[in-house]
Amino acid sequence: MSANNCRAVKVISNKPLGLSSPGEEIVELKLEYPDWKPGWRAGQFVMIRPVSWPLDLIWGRPFSICNADETGLTILFQVVGRGTARLLELKEGDEVNIWGPLGNFFSKPQNRPVLMLAGGMGLAPFCGYVDTHPQPENLKLFFAHRPPLENYPYKGLAGKVDVEDIRETKPEDIPAIIARVEELVKEYADNDGLIVACGPHPFLKTIWNAANKYGADAELSLENRMACGVGACLGCVCKDGDDHHTQVCTTGPIFKANNLSLED
Amino acid sequence: MDVSVDFAGLKLKNPILTASGTFGFGLEFKRYGDLESLGGIVVKGLSLKPREGNPMPRIAETPCGMLNAIGIQNPGVEEFINKKLPKLPWKTLPVLANLYATDAEEFGELAGVLAGEEGVAALEVNVSCPNVKEGGIAFGQDPKQITKVAEAVKKNAGNKPVIIKLSPNVTDITVCAKAAEDGGADALSLINTLSGMAVDIERRTPRLANVIGGLSGPAVKPVALRCVYQAVNAVKIPVMGLGGISSAEDVAEFLLVGATAVQIGTANFISPDTAFKIAEELPKVLERVKAESIDEFIGSLKV
Repeated sequence: MSANNCRAVKVISNKPLGLSSPGEEIVELKLEYPDWKPGWRAGQFVMIRPVSWPLDLIWGRPFSICNADETGLTILFQVVGRGTARLLELKEGDEVNIWGPLGNFFSKPQNRPVLMLAGGMGLAPFCGYVDTHPQPENLKLFFAHRPPLENYPYKGLAGKVDVEDIRETKPEDIPAIIARVEELVKEYADNDGLIVACGPHPFLKTIWNAANKYGADAELSLENRMACGVGACLGCVCKDGDDHHTQVCTTGPIFKANNLSLED
Repeated sequence: MDVSVDFAGLKLKNPILTASGTFGFGLEFKRYGDLESLGGIVVKGLSLKPREGNPMPRIAETPCGMLNAIGIQNPGVEEFINKKLPKLPWKTLPVLANLYATDAEEFGELAGVLAGEEGVAALEVNVSCPNVKEGGIAFGQDPKQITKVAEAVKKNAGNKPVIIKLSPNVTDITVCAKAAEDGGADALSLINTLSGMAVDIERRTPRLANVIGGLSGPAVKPVALRCVYQAVNAVKIPVMGLGGISSAEDVAEFLLVGATAVQIGTANFISPDTAFKIAEELPKVLERVKAESIDEFIGSLKV
């Protein structure tokens, strides 16, 4: 009998961070640890679907693992659609079906500088990345965001690694973000650093372009819509470096920039 | 209760199979249950050559269902035979290949490639994909084409049972069912997805790059049940029912209207262990409704 890696766990806590507006909350959901053996790696994701969801919501929802240990599994979500709006209703003790950990993970090179580029909710996997990296002194985080910093789990990271953030409050702020990202990518390419990135498509596309331009070693985490998370539905594909469709859920979600096409 | 069935000569330990396009090549689900506890699996649609499929976005969630326009992305039949099939426990798990081609001759050629494969238990012929420009649904809506494809596949299929998968996007499903039977099909499976559409009023755009896609999930179950009921009463060959099945009770409904076996499709996305749980629960449900045996229960609907 195969082990069933789909199981129900209970909600420990589910609360918006900071002072986000109703309907735009950034929420930290903590679940019981699913007792994963042999464990998980930063950059992997989980599919979650509350047991209480009726069939009007079919799919589970994919989320990066923010952090996980025996005290619980933490994910971060923003209320953006009907699924995440329902997730916000979860209370302590409610049950959630979870399958994972899924997909591949970010590299953790020894003795190399690592630049973490996070855009908005793309901050999530770097919480676990920092906590599980053997040489956090080699890490730098650049964080581009729209809501205030206190709406993200940023403070804890600021105490552990070199951090820099920039807030986008209006469209005119975007060129400055792009310029700084390009500058950092070039710097790390010149110094044989590794770049790890997660965020919305335009943010990743900026990094992908810069990484190709400067020959940087960059790993990008994609966040596509998924139905199954396990490689069956083929709904989440992206174009690889040979321009072939490949599944984000099983080939990724992390792709080397030079083995990915983000051309529209 | 023993729930084994004979479906067009296939000995199935239970009538629960997984639907093409919702279970990958089976290997993806090994982490979530014992593949051999299923009656069988129908693998992702195969074409002679690899296909890239349609552009993104390809899927959209709808109330009690989903739309897809994947476009038969697959690695081609040779890669399936060489790399996927050997990893499956096909000696104890019936593995059904799902075939896609653009004309009857190509369907026949594809059947010929698979005819000699010991690990393939049967051929399911997709004459009804709504998501491809070539062939696709056009076959499924033309009874003459259905007969022609069935004949071409049967001619080259060797001793493998040929199952024609029908589209619900027709005026009279019984005409298509008979057309498949006339072409020599050993069995039918139905329904494929219903042609559907979803739009985004904020962006004023379709939710699928292909604009139109195939609707599946619990939303389509009443349509599927009606089609199966009508097809069962129109032909002598056995029928495999699918469309919106998400529980053992749903399976019992399809058996009751005359399906000999069923396929679990979109429900595999509700959670990846759904089909395994349904297979486990079916005997209890049949006992609960006081079925004397599965054979007695199949087709025992009182109208």
